[in-house]
Amino acid sequence: MTRSLIIQIISFFAYLLLQVLLLKNLVLFNVAFCFFYVAFILLLPLETNSLSLLVVSFLMGFLVDVFYDSLGIHTAACVLVAYLRKYWLAAITPQGGYDAGASPAIAASGLQWFIVYALPLLFVHHAALFFIEAAGFGLFWHSMLKIIGSVLFTLTLMVLFQYLSWTNRR
Amino acid sequence: MDRLLRFLYTYRVFFTFFVLELLCAWMIVTNNQYQSTRYFNTSNRWAANLAGFSHNVREYFSLRAINEELANENAMLRDKLERESQRLFVLQSGSRDSSALQRYSYIGAKVINNSTQRYKNFITINRGRLDSIAPGMAVVSKDGAVGKVKSVSDHYAVLISLLNIDDNVSATITRTGHFGTAQWDGLDPRYISLKYIPRHVKPLVGDTIRTSGFNAVFPEGVLIGVVRDVTLPEQAPFHDIKVELAQDFDRLAYVSVVRSHLRQEKDSLEKITTGIAK
Repeated sequence: MTRSLIIQIISFFAYLLLQVLLLKNLVLFNVAFCFFYVAFILLLPLETNSLSLLVVSFLMGFLVDVFYDSLGIHTAACVLVAYLRKYWLAAITPQGGYDAGASPAIAASGLQWFIVYALPLLFVHHAALFFIEAAGFGLFWHSMLKIIGSVLFTLTLMVLFQYLSWTNRR
Repeated sequence: MDRLLRFLYTYRVFFTFFVLELLCAWMIVTNNQYQSTRYFNTSNRWAANLAGFSHNVREYFSLRAINEELANENAMLRDKLERESQRLFVLQSGSRDSSALQRYSYIGAKVINNSTQRYKNFITINRGRLDSIAPGMAVVSKDGAVGKVKSVSDHYAVLISLLNIDDNVSATITRTGHFGTAQWDGLDPRYISLKYIPRHVKPLVGDTIRTSGFNAVFPEGVLIGVVRDVTLPEQAPFHDIKVELAQDFDRLAYVSVVRSHLRQEKDSLEKITTGIAK
């Protein structure tokens, strides 16, 4: 238990530093942003306590906000995703249920399931992010373009990253 | 009371969620207020150090361009110095008001964090309160206007970039002298809109747009950009003017913060005057 906790704490900071040092500078065609740090929230083990999930997401969002000079925006989106995660996981339970102690990741449930799981949550996160930043729906289509571009970019990176780390472990 | 507590406990996840979101809303609202000294942004020392480190790494990849820009700036400054010293010679015999000679002083600073792709873009620079920078000061580069200081810490400051949908700058068309408001529309980081230029004015493509100096943030006549497109919709009271920014915000490396020495005097004079008028 303590060992997995330490690993989670280390990966929390790894995701955070990766985001604010590297991925923050990575923007494709001025529309596709990479918010890879959301993967940390999505990939936490299934049995993670809902309350601690909310608090951890709040912290993650807050620290990202500090570096993006956008206090509150990433935090709001992260907390929203953390809250919806449980309900969405319950809604798309595969036949036979989840394995005990598993993460909602490709290794446990397959690529197709993972995309069904991650795509809507990423979309909600990015939509909250860009619409709060634009302070409303005034720039609707431009925001939409950014949201879709960023979702595809982030999701691609998440899938690639999981395949890389998964084969390494074998 | 017992039932209330049990109710709260049953829905504790939802209530935690709700409270956290309220906290976020409060942070977003307070962070939107224009001039403020805040701790949780990149003017915070830890965040700024990390951002500065990240910038130092990135800087290696653009050293050539930066060198070129600095050389150009040096040349321009030398040229300016020459002209100023000649003007000074003439002025020395005339005006007795020493502050008229220097209304503004400039503090050079290096950009350590910058973005152009978001709707609300901010810039962090490596000078702060100890270099006598205060919220509300204007920031210019050798090419043109850059933004205003939003918040400062001891060694760093965060600027509101011109590329921020909340930022307005009073601007004039140099050729005709009419003034309006320059504001970014959030779409293309190369262009900014000039608003509130009435129908009877005839702005042309190629006109230069400069700051008006009315709000005493920017000195008068700092270049903002050049008109690229003018449309006049049927029935609309104002032109739609698209201005190409003089400063390429993707390549911002060094900026100067403008200290207005007479700003306080101007503001208090205006306050007194409007106070009497009421």
